[in-house]
Amino acid sequence: MSDVLTEETKSAAHLLEVESLVKEFGLRRGLAERIARKQVAPHRAVDDVSFTLDRGEILGIAGGSGSGKTTLARCLIRLIEPDGGAVRVDGIDIRAHKGAELRELRRRMQMVFQDPYASLNPRMTIGAALHEAGKVHNRPGSENEQAFVSRLLGLVQLTDRIAPRKPRELSGGQRQRVSIARALAVDPELIIADEAVSALDVSVQAQLLNLFLDLREELGVAVLFISHQLAVIAEVADRIAVMQKGRIVETGTTQDVFAHPKDEYTQALLRAHPHPDPRMRFVAN
Amino acid sequence: MSLLEIESLRIEFPGEDEERLVAVKGVDLAVEQGEVVGLVGESGSGKSLTCRAVMRMVPEPGAISAGSIRFDGEDVLSLGTSELRDFRAHSVGMIYQNPFGSLNPTMRAGAQIAETLKVNRGLSNKAAKVESVALLDRVGIEDPERRYRAYPHELSGGMCQRVMIAIATASSPRLMLADEPTTALDVTTQAQILKLLAKMRAEEGMAMLLVSHDFGVIAQACDRVAVMYGGHIVETGPVETIYHEPEHPYTRALLNSVPELDSAGNVQRRAALAGHPPELSDFIPGCVFAPRCEHAKQDCAGIEMKLEKVGADQESACPVRPYAEAGARSAERAARVEA
Amino acid sequence: MSAATVDAGTVAPARRRGILRRVKRWPMTVKVGAGIFGVLALAAILAPLIAPYGPNEIDPFSLLASPSGQHLFGTDDTGRDVFSRTLYALRLDILLALLVTYVPLPFAVIVGALAGYFGGWADTIVSRLADVFIAFPFIVLVIAVVAIVGPGVEGFLIGVPLAAWALYARLARAEMLVVREQPYMLATTALGYSKWRAIFKHGLPNVARPCFVYSTIDLIGNLILLAGLSYLGFGVQPPTAELGGIIADGQGYLLTAWWIATLPGLVLVLFGVGVGLIGEGISDRGLERGGR
Repeated sequence: MSDVLTEETKSAAHLLEVESLVKEFGLRRGLAERIARKQVAPHRAVDDVSFTLDRGEILGIAGGSGSGKTTLARCLIRLIEPDGGAVRVDGIDIRAHKGAELRELRRRMQMVFQDPYASLNPRMTIGAALHEAGKVHNRPGSENEQAFVSRLLGLVQLTDRIAPRKPRELSGGQRQRVSIARALAVDPELIIADEAVSALDVSVQAQLLNLFLDLREELGVAVLFISHQLAVIAEVADRIAVMQKGRIVETGTTQDVFAHPKDEYTQALLRAHPHPDPRMRFVAN
Repeated sequence: MSLLEIESLRIEFPGEDEERLVAVKGVDLAVEQGEVVGLVGESGSGKSLTCRAVMRMVPEPGAISAGSIRFDGEDVLSLGTSELRDFRAHSVGMIYQNPFGSLNPTMRAGAQIAETLKVNRGLSNKAAKVESVALLDRVGIEDPERRYRAYPHELSGGMCQRVMIAIATASSPRLMLADEPTTALDVTTQAQILKLLAKMRAEEGMAMLLVSHDFGVIAQACDRVAVMYGGHIVETGPVETIYHEPEHPYTRALLNSVPELDSAGNVQRRAALAGHPPELSDFIPGCVFAPRCEHAKQDCAGIEMKLEKVGADQESACPVRPYAEAGARSAERAARVEA
Repeated sequence: MSAATVDAGTVAPARRRGILRRVKRWPMTVKVGAGIFGVLALAAILAPLIAPYGPNEIDPFSLLASPSGQHLFGTDDTGRDVFSRTLYALRLDILLALLVTYVPLPFAVIVGALAGYFGGWADTIVSRLADVFIAFPFIVLVIAVVAIVGPGVEGFLIGVPLAAWALYARLARAEMLVVREQPYMLATTALGYSKWRAIFKHGLPNVARPCFVYSTIDLIGNLILLAGLSYLGFGVQPPTAELGGIIADGQGYLLTAWWIATLPGLVLVLFGVGVGLIGEGISDRGLERGGR
């Protein structure tokens, strides 16, 4: 590890610290506008976002479509390059590094995506995909492929029988577990779950939520849990940040925010939630 | 006589090696005049197909292979081409999950409503336009005169869905089929659409078959609900009874899996159902839920799946009846199990 | 571990059937196509073994003989057995067509994939270059090259890749644009894999399928082009046996010795049908396998 990194790692209080993150899209100016030198305000998908996440904590990011939550997630690991602000992992700003240092920082923050069907390379067996992750980062234990893969599958509660299969032979829930296992293969400290359970059946969703809780307990992995479903966040998260149009409009413990929402948008979201108990309808039939 | 009567409906798909894969395995369902019935289930339950079968719109290569569907006493499955068209135009309406995909992107929104008025109700151009604007207003679209001229891509998802509802209700159908109508919408928009559907139901006396995987949506909108799993209906009953006193183990497990806002601040592992819903190609003898059921007995692999009456207005396909003594779910939920 | 393996036995049964059973599952079109192609390819490969005569072997007693037990396809005006000539011709044609289709393919696909992945200047250069080549009608370009290089197989071998690379590059680029955005590709960045690993190990295998599907059509086209060029006298030169050449030779005898032109022609058609059916069958299965 380079000297630069060790210098910057003062014992940071937070695992992840996001400060004033900004992402703008498309200074789309038509020809006429260019000629007229018109000033067009770019659209801010992520507008001055700041929050922190501690080790072993589960933070929920809630918001509807257009809230910027997915763009935010991608900015954190620089899948999309932010336009401003800082993303500090253990005090080290990921935006300030490249090459091997960037790789190392990315290793610590892994991402699980929404679509179980497109998250795994359709042409690779599960075992190969998991082993590759470990090999590329020279993780301890990755020399022995079978043992390495076996351990990872066990962490996500799958059997070894999955290893020689290809993704198309698995169910949606199993694929998501494999995606999580792949993320775990590099020993991350944080998993960013971007709508990771949204495409799953309810009963399978419940299993996966349990899995996230288990991983937090057993491995101390923190989770940034992004979802448009408030109830799902309520089931896993300690704290929540509500996003609307690129800004965070409210943060707090889930208990506080759900019981006493201060922001109008949060209140609207809570009010609109369809309660499964028919006695709690918002429309009298 | 019920408005809609489905009996022993069976829908099959051709599989590889000339297998026949059965997606809907003998479904019995009735919808009364003005009633809202929900069909809830997970993937592979057959709920969407059942809904589409009512309009005989099962997607190729699937086909209805057995059973009957009667609307107002008439056999839908034996209607001729023009009778079927008439049936689809006037008696039944349908709204779909994807609001953008269901509207023609090259046609203005208002024109699409006007089209159905001209074709199905024989209105003149002028009358159709006036009526379309009125319909847009009725479905809660502000500034209907201007929105009439808008293209679908200029409208939000919620507005497109309202337009779709306007088109579907233009001929005042007696039965509305709604296949996951709010799944693609934001929760706030979803709430508005559900309110709109309730309003239209109250004003028109329209019956509805509402398909959803989200029990919250079902609870908000439905009078009765049928729970589907693996191509069968496993339980039916009034929605309150089903929520508070479900008789079938799958219903219980499903309801136990539904995430709740109340869990905030009290994060706990839920007793989650193991495994996943069966694939079309899985063959499960006897009770289709038995492999995942904690109350399954030896005999369960040999039973025939049939709904039996278990309460005043409730039917369940579970012969074991493990909760007959235990009673309401609320007690169970109060002491959430740590697996 | 806090809970026993939740998903223990519930994996879809592995499609671990034998090769024979897998072949049985192919759609009929592929089976028929593969059958035809297989028979012809086998015949072509084994030509030296199964041809009753040499391709230029002359039987002075049987000039323009009609098909018989001795000469299955009859003989031509110099006493050569048409059946043997057809077999040798098929062999040469298939070989040349395969060469000219599949040797340049990997390069074109890689160029296109890289252009699609990186975008920017690389993409602009490759795309504009491809546009130029595609703007020329395929055959015109090949004929132009042949005109420069002179008659003979070289013209064909140079001209076709020159004209065809752009199509494959474009196809690969378009596929890569889609594949690049898939979560499993984004995951390679998140996992810290090098771009090269991402492109070659993860991207290319998924980009290649549509290119291979297209190549089957291209193969027939190239074979027929070769036959056409040879027919015109610009491809394989006589006396080497080549399908188009044989047909050209037999043209003058259509009314008297119809077998010289017609029977080899039918073989050519059959070959096209066989490969075409395979291509059609693969593309359907490709859609099937591509996603759930």
